[in-house]
Amino acid sequence: MTEKTLTLALMDPPYESANSTTALRLISAALKRGMRVNVFAYEGAVSLPLKEQTPHANPVKGTSVEEEEHPTTRAFVSSLLEIGGDNPLLTWVNCGLCVDERGAANAVDGVKRGSPADFLKMAAASTNTLVIPTK
Amino acid sequence: MTNYLFIESRDPFESLDVRFVAETATALKERGHTVTVFLVQNGVLASRRAARDSYLARLAEAGVTLLADDFSLSERGIQPAELHAGVQPASIETLVDALVEENTKAIWH
Repeated sequence: MTEKTLTLALMDPPYESANSTTALRLISAALKRGMRVNVFAYEGAVSLPLKEQTPHANPVKGTSVEEEEHPTTRAFVSSLLEIGGDNPLLTWVNCGLCVDERGAANAVDGVKRGSPADFLKMAAASTNTLVIPTK
Repeated sequence: MTNYLFIESRDPFESLDVRFVAETATALKERGHTVTVFLVQNGVLASRRAARDSYLARLAEAGVTLLADDFSLSERGIQPAELHAGVQPASIETLVDALVEENTKAIWH
């Protein structure tokens, strides 16, 4: 069977839009099908794998951090990058200029730094490319 | 012939520019292409059979395949039995498979 590769361009910052949830679901489903996935994170999306993200308690409900189990996008990205072990199926490239603007360089292990030129190369080598823009 | 895959994430009752997808999908279908509209997130709010003036009826009549993300339906409390006759619930895996089908152009809206 020919190997399939899907490339996604993401732009929404974490905790802002349901687009991020759908994108992570898409990536997860493609990886579970054995496909290779490339992500080019642009603009606010470079903060999705930011290492400093921490889960929080919910003072409204009175629940602790542990009880709340608040999901972080950096934990999702980390888990997805672990699929495939030493030969990860997911390549995640953060736009370097977007990272610098936001001071968001401390990403989880496995995230690479790149430019729109990398997105072009990834798209050219992929079965298909999906751009998920901000609204 | 090309497969066109529109991923509609917007609520048509909030965003009038959903017309763009309806008009483009219909025009492409009339030109002999295979066209699928996959509703996701608030895009599924149009899929209730009881919804007034749903553009989905016109798309279904035009022969466009209409799918609705089961996760988004569930989040919004829309049961399969409530769906417009032309809309089928579908998984995110169905969307992945459609994306990697040969000769497919995907447009997120």
